[in-house]
Order: sequence, then structure tokens, then C-alpha cells
Amino acid sequence: MSTPDKQPLISLSGICRSYPGVLANDNVSLTINKGEIHGLIGENGAGKSTLVKIMYGSVRPDSGRIVFNGDEVSIDNPAFARRLGIAMVFQHFSLFEPMTVLENVALGLAGQSADAALAGRLVETGERYGMPVDADRTVDELSVGERQRIEILRCLLQDPELLIMDEPTSVLTPQESNALFVTLRKIAEEGRSILFISHKLDEVRALCETSTVMRGGKVVAQCDPREESAATLAKLMVGEDLAEVERPPRSASGAPIFEINDLNVPAPYPGASALQSISFAVSPGEIFGVAGVAGNGQAELLAALSGETRSARSSVTVNGESCGHEGPRARRSRGIGFVPEDRLGHGAVPDFALTENAFLTGHITEPLIRSAMIDHARTRTFAEKIRATFDVRAASVETLAGQLSGGNLQKFILGREILLNPRVLVVAHPTWGVDAGAAVLIRSRLVELAQTGAAVVVVSQDLDELLQISHRISVLTSGTLSGSMATADVTAEELGLLMMETDGGQYAHTA
Amino acid sequence: MTDVLIAMLITIVSAATPLLFAALGELVVEKSGVLNLGVEGMMVMGAIAGFAATTHSGSLALGVAGAAFIGALMASVFAFLVLVLMANQVASGLALTLFGIGLSALVGSSFVGTPLDGLDPVAIPGLSGLPVIGRLLFNHDVLVYLSLGMVLAVWWFLNRTRAGLILRAVGESHDSAHALGYPVVWIRFAAILFGGAMAGIAGAYLSMAYTPMWSENMSAGRGWIALALVVFATWRPLRVLVGAYLFGGVTIAQLHIQGAGIDVSSQLLSMLPYLATIVVLVIISRDGARVRLNAPASLGRIFHSSGSK
Amino acid sequence: MRILPELEPRTGDPGHWRFTTVLVALALTIIAGCIMFSLLGHAPLKALHVFFIKPVSSFNGLAELGVKATPLVLCAIGLALCFRANVWNIGAEGQLTLGALAASWFAITWYESESLMLLPVMIVAGVVGGMFWAGIPALLKTRFNANEILTSLMLVYVAQLLLAYLVHGPWKDPDGFSFPESRLFPDASAVPRILPGTRLHAGALFALASVAAAWLMLGKSLPGYRIRVTGSAPSAARYAGFSANAVVWLVLLISGGLAGLAGMLEVAGPIGQLVPTISPGYGFSAIIVAFLGRLHPVGILFAGLALALSFIGGELLQIEMGLPLAVTLVFQGMLLFFLLGSDVLLNYRLVWRKGATPAGSAHD
Repeated sequence: MSTPDKQPLISLSGICRSYPGVLANDNVSLTINKGEIHGLIGENGAGKSTLVKIMYGSVRPDSGRIVFNGDEVSIDNPAFARRLGIAMVFQHFSLFEPMTVLENVALGLAGQSADAALAGRLVETGERYGMPVDADRTVDELSVGERQRIEILRCLLQDPELLIMDEPTSVLTPQESNALFVTLRKIAEEGRSILFISHKLDEVRALCETSTVMRGGKVVAQCDPREESAATLAKLMVGEDLAEVERPPRSASGAPIFEINDLNVPAPYPGASALQSISFAVSPGEIFGVAGVAGNGQAELLAALSGETRSARSSVTVNGESCGHEGPRARRSRGIGFVPEDRLGHGAVPDFALTENAFLTGHITEPLIRSAMIDHARTRTFAEKIRATFDVRAASVETLAGQLSGGNLQKFILGREILLNPRVLVVAHPTWGVDAGAAVLIRSRLVELAQTGAAVVVVSQDLDELLQISHRISVLTSGTLSGSMATADVTAEELGLLMMETDGGQYAHTA
Repeated sequence: MTDVLIAMLITIVSAATPLLFAALGELVVEKSGVLNLGVEGMMVMGAIAGFAATTHSGSLALGVAGAAFIGALMASVFAFLVLVLMANQVASGLALTLFGIGLSALVGSSFVGTPLDGLDPVAIPGLSGLPVIGRLLFNHDVLVYLSLGMVLAVWWFLNRTRAGLILRAVGESHDSAHALGYPVVWIRFAAILFGGAMAGIAGAYLSMAYTPMWSENMSAGRGWIALALVVFATWRPLRVLVGAYLFGGVTIAQLHIQGAGIDVSSQLLSMLPYLATIVVLVIISRDGARVRLNAPASLGRIFHSSGSK
Repeated sequence: MRILPELEPRTGDPGHWRFTTVLVALALTIIAGCIMFSLLGHAPLKALHVFFIKPVSSFNGLAELGVKATPLVLCAIGLALCFRANVWNIGAEGQLTLGALAASWFAITWYESESLMLLPVMIVAGVVGGMFWAGIPALLKTRFNANEILTSLMLVYVAQLLLAYLVHGPWKDPDGFSFPESRLFPDASAVPRILPGTRLHAGALFALASVAAAWLMLGKSLPGYRIRVTGSAPSAARYAGFSANAVVWLVLLISGGLAGLAGMLEVAGPIGQLVPTISPGYGFSAIIVAFLGRLHPVGILFAGLALALSFIGGELLQIEMGLPLAVTLVFQGMLLFFLLGSDVLLNYRLVWRKGATPAGSAHD
């Protein structure tokens, strides 16, 4: 198709949608032209996901109108959206893990059975867009990048006019992201439109020709991102200038306080990663970053560090004493604090009040039990202290954890762990899904903690974050950890290459 | 000796058939991601419904159809609770069982002691005359053939049809299936109704063929054993067949030991099927990874369309 | 424009709905009961009167309520702890039976005893017997990962058959004209009555004590906290270093012990000997009591009284109107249905949401 100049494909106007306590979309209007790659940017909780779910028919708007190809439409369900020519790649993939690639693709296409003809079309389409696939493998064997390929191919087989991609690069290495962009440009050249949702501004600037910025459920700007700087976009997105967190100079080096020596853990279930001979050491005052794509052993490593999985006695050492065989309580008594990946259900009990959640790990090292009974007064005081010190925005400490936003809950959990005065703090994905203001606070508190002489281990997928706050970085791939590098000496691209190494190799030998 | 053996094997078939119906139905329900612990209640309601319908109409076919209908009706109450009102599946299933046992006893009180001409064996022409094999395989009542047919039908449906693929997808991840636009609630509703109808037929087999009479609480835990069979079979129809016949074997062995005049109390022998269920569960569940690999991932979880906001 | 109902997850405290839903469920059960009685050809109001009012319109009736509520509350308190921990023990009936058997052994063996020690020993035996029976599913779950729903239930059948075997065989009363019953228990084993002229016995005090203890434990103690965390968020429990297996053992042993105590109190109290049926399904009805009481000890106390009423009402219906005893079970089943159904209002609220403007319609 030749340049279909400025012909609108879909336009939304006056879209409103409320959830209990939030107006997720407040009079939102948005137009996407044919053949255009349109960026939709905004913070977590800005209303982007709700808006695309409305476009895809999985959420009904309270009010507003949608015009598609000149006709006013009511997109009541995803099946209708697909008939219109709207396809979507979800942030949390909508794949069925124990089923084969072919079955998964068939499920995404109306009336299609998983037969040889479909397999042929799948492989052919994959080759055309530079995304090779093996139709007979089950999804649980695939890496995150491969899974995304399946999602995209499933969409392309529907021959869509509009392809919605919800945060597609959040799980990819920089190199994988670049490869994805090549594919997306190819798709756009065919006259298809793409709605690209991201909170990574550089990517939007590199890929999109127009963009819509959302904040607090509203559209705050429409602009050509190529003509904006990352800073101006960030200001639009966040609504204020945010202070950057600076990595502190390494205060005291000294002998390592937290050492991991030849840690080996078998895969807990089929499809999980086994940890193979992992070693690293962190000194007081140091922030150590572990980078890597999800599914390469992060969850297994975190469990082994916290004591939820036990290992050989000598594999974990705190202050020279071995504790690999100990459970979480004994390790906490040695001064290890831990902030897990899942806030709701792991780091906090959703239907417990904040006070009761303060007790969860607080009672192990703080005197919150008196004559065999829970000391409610002291527990409440502790919870109040967390709330005040870490700016946790909740009506009171009797608010249920499940009612807090991601950022506030993360501040609460991090606050609880830091106020227990750990000598070692292990933090998983500290700012994942957290709004920018909370992210700044969280990062600066981690830096402060290190300055007081604690050793901090940060496991994260967010390379920018690790480059910003950690002193040294290692990369976790397929359950093995690379040697550590001083952060000052590496770039995101170099780390990306390391992250890909095993991942890509794995694919090469099985494909 | 062969005569005794053949007679014994034939009784195994009839002891296994109700388990097979009920377990196959529950397998489909669980494959869709729903755990219905009400099998026992639906089964015992099927037993009285089949018995009552046959007694009133004089038609065995109507009896079976009535049992299937009542089983499905019971299941629809459960389905409404867990799918529309999003009630806890375990508790709702228990409620269904308690209610079914009570209601069947209430409705059935006037049928206690009434005789019934049960289902007759249907000899398959040509084949039933074969020595040994003929009596063993080709001379059963029509429900036995139906149960075997259902094994193949369920297998074919789940593994070879698009509808089966969708049903499995719903059971694996209802959020993903919803995101793709599949009507999770309706698919599960249909699966639950099928499970109810199958449990109803299983009950009808008890009151119309196995022991053609009605007595209170006559399913005697078979609904629960059927639930265990689904786990035993790691959610595969052909293994349900094996499991059901194995359990039929245990039940019959127990009867024959009593008949053979061996001096063991009948009460102690009657424990065998229940103890066997426990043993089988332990053996299968020991390998946690295998159960986890085969169990539908959404099993027992409540689905709400905004669940993945 | 279409307006469609939608259920939206409730975020705040459900407030009064916690109690309102119970009342709604009770009201719906009574309405459904009316319909059922009409269908059975009985005057619904009369039947309801016999079922609900008559049992409690005499002093003796009220005492009987306490007699029936005792085993229900004891079993339900244990089950509530299990359910709070997400452990689905549904075998309280079997644990009750085993407790009764263990206690009975002492009464039958020392059937001429006048020792003051007999009753305390039987109480301990009852508790231990129930614990032992509940310990089996605990062992199989923690050691072999076997589903406790199925194992605990299968053990109910085994326990009942064991009871049947004993009363038909080794424990049959040698002077009993071959009825399947044990000897009458000696007076020294009788649970003392606490209200003269009625059957209300000291077991009711155990039930009250279990309510108080469970309330204290769940709300104030560390083990109670562990139970609640484990049931509500198992990963968070692991994170805090609470052993899931320890919680499984804890709740099953408590639950089994209480059910065993209930069984002991039945055979040494109102029954006074071992008979083929020692419980009209208290262990199963206790599941309903636990839910009706919202898994809260104080709620369970009231729920136990409500279900006790249904047992007495059912008996009266049988005597006065010739209705089958199964009416009780039907009522209980319906009550649980309505309760679970009305729970939706606890967790969700109904909102009316406008559908998007349908294609082709001119106005907004």
C-alpha cells in the first residue's frame, strides 16, 4: 500500500471508565491513522491498559464512542474486535503453557483447528517477518522472547488492520527490542497500524511517528515524539520534574558481609531453571545488581537467598557464618531483609490490614509478642512508623494491603524491611509497576541504606535502574551468573549481549 | 472354574460402570477448570430419579434420561453458584452433596422396598456367541456399552476437536481464554451440566442395573471415589477406564472373599474400596510434579472477568 | 443504550453485609422450605412451626438445643481452623466416630468400674482417638501430597465400618440378645448433667471453652496468625518462614481432637453405650455450621444453635407429621447453598454499567 496519508483507522472520543475508587479513563480521545506506529505513553496507573482493553473489547466503557474505518462501532467482546481487524499482544501473554505453539495459534483464530495447513501458514508467516518458530513445541519450553513471537504471529495470521502491543519490550533485552522494532516497521509498511504502549521514552522516540501521553486517566498531550526530548516527554508523563537518584560513591569496601559460594539448586518443577554454581560477594555499603530476562532463574535465586529454598550449608554466608541450610526465620535473625517480587500474596497478605502485615516479618526480630500473645499496640506503632517514614499513602494502618496501589504497597514492604535494620537487604524488582514518584523514593532509600553500611542485592529486569544505582552488576542467564562488572565500565548493550548469550544459544540448538 | 471367573469378571464390569460414568463427567468438568465435589450428591439424585422415572413410566430409557436430566439440574445449581455468584467451589460442591443426599432420601422414602426390573443384557448378535469372550465382552446391558463409548467420545472431544481445545484452554488459563474472547462462564456451565448428566446416569446405573432397587444413600461414597479416579487418571480419559475397572475389581474381590466363606468380617472387607482409594491417591500424588504437570492450571480458581485488571 | 448489571469486586470492608447475608440466607431457606412443604402436601406454616418454633418453646427443648449444639460447635470450631488455613478437612464425622470408639474401649473394658478416673481417661482417649484419625490425612498430605478432602472423607467410611464391625462383633453386649450394641457404660463414665431434669451435660461447657480458646488463638496468638497467613496467602507464609506442613498438622490435630471429644461426649453422655449410629451426621453438618458462622468462633456458637434446631425440628416433623428425617439434611443443604450464594454480596457489589453506544444508534 502506498502512503495512505492521514486516513484515520480508529478514533475514540470521550471514553470514560471508572473502577471502584479510580477514574481509569477520563474523557479520553485518541485517533490512529492507517499505516502509523502510534505511541501511547504514560506511567503505571495512567490508564493506558484500560484504554486498550476498551479498544479490544475486553472492558466496556462507561461512556464514549468509537469510530472504526468510518463506522461507529460498539466493541462488546474481543471476538468482535478481531472481526473488525483489531489484534492485541498482551503484556502478560495470553498463552496456554502446556499446549503446543500450534494449538495456541489456533485458539487465537476464529474457527481454526490445529491442523497441518495452519502449521504451514505459521512457519511461512514466521519466516516472512523474521520470526522463526517450531509449531510442535509446548509454550512452557519457550523463552519469554519466543513467547512474544508466538503472540505476534498469532495476531498477524488474523491479517489485522490494527495491532495493539502492550508494553512489549519490558521483558526483552535491548537487542531483542531492536529486532522487534524491525519487525514492527515491516508490519507498518504493509499499511497496518500499530499502537505501541510503553513507558520507555527512548523506544517511543525511536519507533513512533505520533504519540499520545496519558496521566491520571486523561490525555495530557499529543505530539511527535521524534521532535521531543526524553526529558520533555518525561515531564509530560509525570507532570513534574523528578530528581534523579545518584549512585553513591562506594563508602566502605572492607571484607564481604554477604557471600554466595557455589550455590546449586535443582529446578523445583519442570520448566523452571536450576541454579548452577552461583557465586558472588557483597561488601557493606555496596549495591550489587543482578540483571537478566525473567525466567532465567531469578525466582529460584531469590528463594535461595531468602531461605524459602534451602541449599548446602556453605553456599550462603553472612558475616563469615554459613547459613545456606537455614530457613527464612533464622536468616532474618542474622540480619537479612528481603523484598520479594510479588507484593500481593508474597511480600504482604492482601486481605490483612497494614498493621497485621507489619507483624508478618516484624515479629521475627522486633519484640512484637508479649506473653505469647500478639502485642497489638506495639505492632501498630511499628506500622505507623513505616507509614510515616516511607510516605505510604493509605487512609490508616488499618487499611487492607490489597487496597493500596502498587507503589504504596512497595513502599510499605520496603519500609518494613529497612526499619528492621538489616545488615543485608535482598530486593527483587524494586520499582516494577511502580509510579515514577514512588520509584524515585524507593531508589533513594536503597542508596541511603547502603550508605549506612548495609549490603544491598538488587535483582531487576530494568537495566536502566541497575545502571543507575548499583556499584557492580552480574547477569543471570539460564541459572548461571556471569562474573561481576563495575557498573561504571559497562553499557546497557553489553549487558544485553550477555543476557542473550545463553538465551539465543538455547533457541539456536533447538530450532 | 472358568465359569466362576467369567461371572466375576462380568460383575467387575457392572461395578466399574457407574464409576466410569461419574469420573468421565468430572474429568470434563475439571478440564474446564472447575472442581465439583458434588458428584456424590448428583449421583444419588440420579439414582432416585432414574428409579422413580422408570417406576412411573415403565420405560427404562425414560429412567436413564430422567436421571441424566436431574443430574444436570443439580449441576446447574452448582454452576450458578460458582460461575455467576463466584462462590467457593469446594464449599459449593459439599453443599451439593449434602443437599443431594438429603433430597434423594426425602423423595425416595416412598420407593424404599419397591422392586424394579432392571436393565437386561443386550447380546451383540454374532459376537456374543463366541466362547468366553462372547459372554465377557458382548453380553452387557446397554449402559455398559454407552460408558465405553463415552470414554472414546470424551477422548476424541478433548484431543481432536476445536471445542475440546477451547475447553482445555479455559481450564488452563481462564484469564487468557477470556482475553482471547472465549465465553469462559458459558463453556464451564456446559461442562458442569455434562458432568451432572454423567453423574446422574452413573446413579441410574446403580438403582436400575447394579442393584435394581432404591435405598437411602445408595451411592455409598462412589461419587467421591470417582473424584479420586480423576486424579488417579491424571486427567486422561483412557486411564479413567483403567482406574474404574481396577476399582470395580477391588469391590468385587471383596464380595467374592465374603462369598467364598473366608472368615473375615464383612464390615472389615467393605473398607477395602475406601482404603484402596487412599492408597491409590498416595501413590499418584507422591510425585507432585507429575500431578502439577497434568492438572488443569486454573482448577478450582474463581474467575471474574476483571480479574486481570 | 443498554444498561447491564456487572459484579464489581468490593474493595472496602463489607461492613454490615457480613451479617445481612446470613439473614438473607436464612430467610431464603425458610421461603424455600415453605415451597418444599407445600410440594410434599403439608401446610407450610404448620410444618415451619413444628420445625422452627416448637423445639424451642419449652425449657426442655432449649436444653435439647444445647445437647445437639455441643457436638456441632466442637466439630465446627476445629473445621473453621482448618478452613482458615485452607485445609479442607471434611472428615470430622470419622474423627468423631474414632474418638467415640477410643473412649468406649475404656468404658467397655472396665464396665464395672466405679473409678473417678474413668471419665477423665475417656475424655483424653476421645481427643487422642480423633487426633489419630485426623493425623492420617495430615501425614498423607504433608508426606505424600495426597488431597486431604478425599482422604479425610474416605476415612469417614472406614471409621463407620469399624464401628459397625465392633458393635456387631467383639464389642457386642454378651447379654444383649444379639442386638448390635455394646454394654451400657458404667455410671462412672457418664458425663455429668448440668441442668437437672434435662439431658444438657457438661460437654456444653467444653463447647463454650473451645469457642473462647479458638477466639483467643485466632485473633491474638502467633499460631493463630500463622494459620490465617497460611490460608490467606501461602507464599507470604513461606516468606515469613511459617512451615506449611506444621500448620496442616496443627489444624488437623486440633480439629480431630475436638471432633473426637464430641464423639466421646455423645457416647458417654446422651447415648450411654456404643450403637451402630452414634451421630446423625454432626461431622458433616458442622461444615455448614462453620460456614454459617463465617469461620469465626463466636459466629459458630450461634450457627451451632441454629443447626441444632434443624436436627430437633426434623425429629419433631417425623414424629408429628410423618415426614422423613431427611428433611433436616435438605434444609441444611439449602441453607448452605443460599449462604454461599449470598456471599457474593460480601465480596462484590452490583453496579449497573451502560453498554457502549451500539452501532447505528444516533444518540449518545
